[in-house]
Amino acid sequence: MSEPVLLSVQGITKAYPGVVANSDVSFAIAPGEVHALLGENGAGKSTLVKMIYGLVRPDTGTMTLNGTPYTPAEPRQARGAGVAMVFQHFSLFEALTVAENVALGMENPPPMRDLAGRIRKVSQDYGLPLDPGRTVGDLSAGERQRVEIIRCLLQDPKLLIMDEPTSVLTPQEVDILFKTLRQLSAEGTAILYISHKLEEIRTLCDAATILRRGKVVATCIPRERTAREMAELMVGATLTPPARSEKPKGAVALEVKGLNVASPIPFGTALKEVGFRVAKGEVLGIAGVAGNGQDELLLALSGELRSAPGAVRIEGREVGHLGPTERRRAGLVAAPEERLGHAAAPDMSLVENALLSGAVRKGLTRQGFIDWGATEAFAAGIVKEFDVRTPGTHVAARALSGGNLQKFVVGRELSQSPSVVVINQPTWGVDAAAAAAIRQAILDRAADGAAVVVISQDLDELLEIADSFSALNTGRLTPPRPVEGLTVDEIGLMMGGAHGMEVSHHGH
Amino acid sequence: MIRLEKRPSPSRFWIAATPVLAVVLTMIAGGILFALLGKNPVEVIRTIFWDPLFNPQFSGYSRPQLLVKAGPLILIAIGLSLGFRAGIWNIGAEGQYIMGAIAGAAAGLAVFPTESRLIFPVMAVAGALGGWAWAMIPAILKTRFNTNEILVSLLLVYVAQNILASMAVGMLRNPEGAGFPGSRNFADFPAARNVELVANSGMHWGVIAAFVAVIGAYVLLQRHILGFQIKLAGQAPKAARFAGVSPGRMVVLCLGISGALAGLAGFFEVTGPAGQITIDFNVGYGFTAIIVAFLGRLNPIGILLAGLLMALTYIGGELAQFMLSLPSAAIQAFQGMLLFFLLAVDLLTNYRIRLARREVAK
Amino acid sequence: MNLGGIELELFLASLMVASVPILLAAIGELVVEKAGVLNLGVEGMMIAGAVVGFATAVGTGSPFLGFLGGAAGAMALSLIFAFLTQVLLANQVATGLALTLFGLGLSALIGQGYVGLKPPLTGDVPFGPLEDIPFFGTVLFGHDPMVYVSILVVAAVWVVLTRSRTGLILRAVGESHDAAHALGYKVIRIRVLAILFGGAMAGLGGVYVSLIRVPQWTDGITSGAGWIALAIVVFASWRPWRVLLGAWLFGGISVLQLSSQVSGGLPVGFIALVGVVAVATTAVLSAMRAARGQGAMPSAIAAGFCIGPLVLYAGLVAGGVEKIGLSVELLSMSPYLITILVLVIMSSGKGRASLSAPAALGTNFHASR
Repeated sequence: MSEPVLLSVQGITKAYPGVVANSDVSFAIAPGEVHALLGENGAGKSTLVKMIYGLVRPDTGTMTLNGTPYTPAEPRQARGAGVAMVFQHFSLFEALTVAENVALGMENPPPMRDLAGRIRKVSQDYGLPLDPGRTVGDLSAGERQRVEIIRCLLQDPKLLIMDEPTSVLTPQEVDILFKTLRQLSAEGTAILYISHKLEEIRTLCDAATILRRGKVVATCIPRERTAREMAELMVGATLTPPARSEKPKGAVALEVKGLNVASPIPFGTALKEVGFRVAKGEVLGIAGVAGNGQDELLLALSGELRSAPGAVRIEGREVGHLGPTERRRAGLVAAPEERLGHAAAPDMSLVENALLSGAVRKGLTRQGFIDWGATEAFAAGIVKEFDVRTPGTHVAARALSGGNLQKFVVGRELSQSPSVVVINQPTWGVDAAAAAAIRQAILDRAADGAAVVVISQDLDELLEIADSFSALNTGRLTPPRPVEGLTVDEIGLMMGGAHGMEVSHHGH
Repeated sequence: MIRLEKRPSPSRFWIAATPVLAVVLTMIAGGILFALLGKNPVEVIRTIFWDPLFNPQFSGYSRPQLLVKAGPLILIAIGLSLGFRAGIWNIGAEGQYIMGAIAGAAAGLAVFPTESRLIFPVMAVAGALGGWAWAMIPAILKTRFNTNEILVSLLLVYVAQNILASMAVGMLRNPEGAGFPGSRNFADFPAARNVELVANSGMHWGVIAAFVAVIGAYVLLQRHILGFQIKLAGQAPKAARFAGVSPGRMVVLCLGISGALAGLAGFFEVTGPAGQITIDFNVGYGFTAIIVAFLGRLNPIGILLAGLLMALTYIGGELAQFMLSLPSAAIQAFQGMLLFFLLAVDLLTNYRIRLARREVAK
Repeated sequence: MNLGGIELELFLASLMVASVPILLAAIGELVVEKAGVLNLGVEGMMIAGAVVGFATAVGTGSPFLGFLGGAAGAMALSLIFAFLTQVLLANQVATGLALTLFGLGLSALIGQGYVGLKPPLTGDVPFGPLEDIPFFGTVLFGHDPMVYVSILVVAAVWVVLTRSRTGLILRAVGESHDAAHALGYKVIRIRVLAILFGGAMAGLGGVYVSLIRVPQWTDGITSGAGWIALAIVVFASWRPWRVLLGAWLFGGISVLQLSSQVSGGLPVGFIALVGVVAVATTAVLSAMRAARGQGAMPSAIAAGFCIGPLVLYAGLVAGGVEKIGLSVELLSMSPYLITILVLVIMSSGKGRASLSAPAALGTNFHASR
């Protein structure tokens, strides 16, 4: 090889009970290269980078860094060797300050006062403004990511791993992040970029390794391929976009007006004067970067969070003050984002989980006594109709894969002949085939005359299924607009632009 | 290196087997403890677990005692188990037991020496209400002020003990008792007496109530939506709210039921086996019932069996104290140990233990 | 200085001593909870420490070895808790309860042979001429060493938690074990060490009860001090210096309770004391708020708390009342009632106390993929 190699991964295999996460994976990264690791959810990307970062040890295979064997036993050693990682989830401490969070990610942090100064300097240099004294819980998702990036940059990494970094950013913030990454790459830092977003990879990356079911299925230069080609490599099949019927919309089924609620979640976002209407047969897509009030909006619509009676109306009836049971009775079903623990009880069987939200509308109880036969039939019906892959209805919800459980949860709600459907992140962490099935089911229910609200951070998904579009930004909702004719820039502005970041990016 | 691996679904085998395993392990560890105390471990274990039931010398006295001791333990543990399932930790059953006894006894003593068939049922209601009201203090503080129910319910035990002392020497003192602390004995008050229903069986109304509670709890948990909601609230609180379960209502319900049952247990005890209100009326049933609830895996049938087993350790412990001069505290330590082992082996229901050559970096 | 039947300097001096067991146990539990672990077995560990310490001191004749032995004994118990909850992933609430039940039984078992014995005396720290300073000499100097050790422990915990990297890591583990694990910190190891520290402190607190406060061995000698210590951690909103404040508050109550039981009534000076404490608290809080620019206290309530008791006191003194008759039972339940009251006040108001609780408190950690 003529090019110098920074990190080389050869024949890595890692098996967990029942699943081989990585099988004989090999690839290499040169200094300054932006290398994409592309694959669907569950393709083994996360396990692979966790091995590079020392969180997990491979069963077999070798890695070399700068030509010397590299076997990090723990993240500390990885950081010592110049490998840094920006996580998708779970690496910040909300109750601690920015500086404390940064210090926790460093091997030998300087005293707090010096550290604050260095944070300010690095954030200036790379156009990522950040106040070291602020509590992380009060920061937006984009700002939190900056904390992680700065934490890495302070250690002068040779290799920076980024796990799905753009899923929490507005389009404008993505542009700024890419500028920072290009600047780093120009300075010689290699970047391992994990994503399943093809357009991003085509814009940013020099090379791509595509994983499917734990195996490398292809390597390519993204700029020379179309997004469609890469998608088919990634999924291994051709996918058909959902079919939608063009039908005139009916009367207003869900009306929200002047909805103000405080957040029950620590460091959550209060909803401020949220208002919209959804007609029968209409799909309203609500976009927004994570943490802008999506969870709160779902809670306020499902009835878990109460509001003024007139703030939420189902088919003209005031329900704002009513709880989930009464709202279900009024015709509203909801599917929260968090599948395990919120939409479903992890240790309960699918039958019990069917009862969880189906008891009211499916009439599964009589004077409080449960009709287990009917409940079982209801669960079996969902499994059949929505193609939930499970050994039976008596297995615990936690035993199902993310996609199958999501099909079950969405199926459970859609099978209750609702007049209003509210879904948060319908396809988050779900493989492409299941995602397509879920989107189709949502559209079918709308075609049957339900008013549908889909809250999602996946813009492509919203543009694919929604009739009208609005965005949540710090708890406020933009007035809905028809999807047709919307440009990406307009969407970005609706989502809150780049939170004033663009001005401080140098050379811009 | 040993590695824990989460099972996809809880193991049905181990759900049933862990209590048995825990009992066996406790016998072994307890044997070591007894050996350290200079006793013959085999003899002690036999005296505790075998002699009370099958040694003709003692079984005549001991067998009835089994139900007498198991009754309150089961009654209280059934109530506690509902709360524990819902993630509501009432550990002040001892206090509710005391207050139930005081309320029930007071209701009866107020009309002494009237004879009427109504007196006993009215006293039972008063006893249940006494325990219920005492449990409502942590419940309301929890729902209104978000105060930790574990600490409040426990601290109220000390308060209840002081009320008991004050009652025994004050308001409820036997006017004909020559100034000694303690109330009238219910043996002298037929209308208010919790009699032994079948001679030499130990069967009294409290034992009947315990069996009814077991059946009621079984039906509630298996067949009724309320039981489902209790389980849901404990396993996945967010999912419970999504399902429309009000957390505050669960707190009031679970603490209320467990308080009422503990109060009933206290009432049956004071009118039956104990006979009167005294300063040291309570002997720790409220705390031992916590062990019973866990040993029974929070399952009504399991609690029935666990209550009988725990009653056996009480009786056998007394026997060992009498025959082998084993200190009574040893049995208390033995019971605590049982709970430890139970919690330790409980892991097996949700995790598999694997021997791995190389470990996932912690 | 006599305040309506209360000798103020003697009162404050005995308060310092009475608060030590709760203070030690609570500061230990604070560290445990800061690491995200809820150990409800404080009472069990305290009483185990009390009996082991007592036995060691009687056996060796050395109170110092007694304290070491008691700390070690309670640590051994806390190790069981650590093993069950951190390695075997048992429910922390249930395991804590088991620890208390087991500790009570075990201590009664060990303590059988020690009922009625006198432990060796723990000497006071000689401060020389300092002890002769009027008022402060009695209040601050001339106590046994553990009084000063306990306050030093509070100071040390405060420094470590807020100023050191160790403390930062400990707090991080208590906020989010997943994040800490992702950064490569040994969540289990850190938590086990915190639990052991909590055990040692609870043990010291227990030994203090059996060697200095009482000093003798009886069953159930700690009589709920461990539970009050748990409540004080909540009262303190997980802040070390506030633990000291809480311990003093309860030390004061128990001193009052004991002296009232002896003299057959609550001295009216108690009411004046409440007024003085209210004035001092208001002054300190106002100063703190002013320093942060938060504006004045809600003045009506504060004024009521300050003026009300003083007026009442003046009225009672003018009326010639010296004691308020209260039954023994009412007096002995007062610490528990006041603990409940304090818990209610701290946890109400938009769940204030729960907001400052470590986010991962009471949850177990298992490293999956």
